[in-house]
Amino acid sequence: MEKKKGMRTETLFKLFIYVALFALAISIIIPVVWVFMASIKENKEFYGNPWSLPDGFYFQNFIEAFVEANMGDYLLNSVIVTTLSLLILLVVALPAAYVLSRFKFMGSGLLNSFVKAGLFINVSYIAVPIFLMLLGWDSGIKELLGEGLFLNNRFILALIYASTALPFTIFLLSSYFETLPADFEEAASIDGAGYFRTMFSVMLPMAAPSIIIVILFNFLLFWNEYILALTLMPAENKTLPVGLLNLMAAERAAVNYGPMYAGMVIVMLPTLILYIIVQKRLTQGMTVGGVKG
Amino acid sequence: MSNKKARNIFITVCISPAIILFILFMVVPTVEVFRMSMYSWGGFSNTKEFVGFDNFKVLWNDAGFIQSFQNSVLLIVLVAMITIVFALFFAALLTKENLKGNNFFRIIFYIPNILSIVVIAGIFSAVYDPESGLLNSVFDIFSLESMKQMWLGNQSIVIYSVAGALVWQAIGYYMVMYMSSMASIPASYYEAASLEGAGKLKQFTSITLPLIWNNIRTTLTFYIISTINLSFLLVKAMTGGGPDGSTEVFLSYMYAQAYGNSTYGYGMAIGVVVFLFSFALAAIVSHITKRDVLEY
Repeated sequence: MEKKKGMRTETLFKLFIYVALFALAISIIIPVVWVFMASIKENKEFYGNPWSLPDGFYFQNFIEAFVEANMGDYLLNSVIVTTLSLLILLVVALPAAYVLSRFKFMGSGLLNSFVKAGLFINVSYIAVPIFLMLLGWDSGIKELLGEGLFLNNRFILALIYASTALPFTIFLLSSYFETLPADFEEAASIDGAGYFRTMFSVMLPMAAPSIIIVILFNFLLFWNEYILALTLMPAENKTLPVGLLNLMAAERAAVNYGPMYAGMVIVMLPTLILYIIVQKRLTQGMTVGGVKG
Repeated sequence: MSNKKARNIFITVCISPAIILFILFMVVPTVEVFRMSMYSWGGFSNTKEFVGFDNFKVLWNDAGFIQSFQNSVLLIVLVAMITIVFALFFAALLTKENLKGNNFFRIIFYIPNILSIVVIAGIFSAVYDPESGLLNSVFDIFSLESMKQMWLGNQSIVIYSVAGALVWQAIGYYMVMYMSSMASIPASYYEAASLEGAGKLKQFTSITLPLIWNNIRTTLTFYIISTINLSFLLVKAMTGGGPDGSTEVFLSYMYAQAYGNSTYGYGMAIGVVVFLFSFALAAIVSHITKRDVLEY
């Protein structure tokens, strides 16, 4: 009797667990899938029941988004800016993280805590001062060249993205470099390799797993970022999220929803594909710089 | 001697670019926030005037700022409390219970975290739409017409709609964090507890919670910092602070004053207050929640 009752609460508990899990899963899947379906609906389909399936594959939405709303250009800009930022970030952060974690020199402790303090600086606070700084440089350069150079510049935006990602990236890479034994460097030094040689051919290749995590996290960060892009690219060379913001405002005013959802799909599809390929590394990587090993 | 020289050159070459970029694009702008908060400056005109703490005095009586302050504090408290309960609950389920589809749920729950906040704003505009929105039509299906709301149009509930979107995107991230620290608790603890007749809830409160307490404390700081930041990004993309300022949060008000209104000095004064407030709040919370760390 006793045992039977225990069994029943156990089953009820299991049932409750699955209901809870499915409820959250559904609340995430449905809106995302709904956007995908809305992106291939014709405009008149938006007036009926929101749960109706699309009548057909209305590809015109994507053409409109790409051509008329310039999402094609913005996609290209996003690819350029994201790639450039990742390149700059790796070139700058890898040697810095290596040296900061494995070399003792005057001020190295101070520099390390300096970088850690940088983790607390939020891009949202400094977007406006950065804008004003570039504006000031532009007005200086205008007198010399006749036109501005720093605002609406994809390379400058990439440089700033990379700079704002430095503290997190150096922190993450350093915590990996710290775990490597010193034997490798000693062996390389005995073989006659200089410092640069040791770094490039011995130490950096060993950091490959961490480098992949750095690329993944920062790809998502750069690809999705919009407040710096909005502030620093007021005229041309918009990135995808900013383009999407404009598209959302324009299509809502024009009551033309299809291209808006097509735009959302264009922004999120690359990240979703990447996520599905690498999801294991991403959710594991989150714990790399974590509190407990 | 020459080896020492080579070492110094190597160190300098490796860290200089990072330090230059870090100072130029992070330290200088941060210092600028503090410096400019003391100036009255219209931005494009070059008439900067040092006004000391005047900007802060104006702030004290600015109804718009006070509203954004209230909204932000409400969001921080709501989002942190709701997210922490859900994230802990689901993390405990996925690590402790032997479930089918464990991996599937982990993958799905993390998805909102990889989406651009602009996309999330778009998704929730569709969910909250008063006429053809998903949420209202769900209430229609279950004949709960009284539950239907103007989720983004009603001034008294729109802030909760924003909180809902923020919780939606945060649960998966914190769940994965808690899962990683829960996974490192030895299974023998739970076995011993269950031999002594402790139920699941009892095991959770007397084993799991104390042992991951430090991890939870760390995330409390994250909640404060990220809610201030994400609420700004979401509000800016979804409601624009409206209707009538009812979703204006700290940084959206700062941005509106500095970039929109071109009163840079005043905007930066808001930034300074928010910056100091978030630090103070994080310090207080971290002090209150301090417990002796349990080793295992």
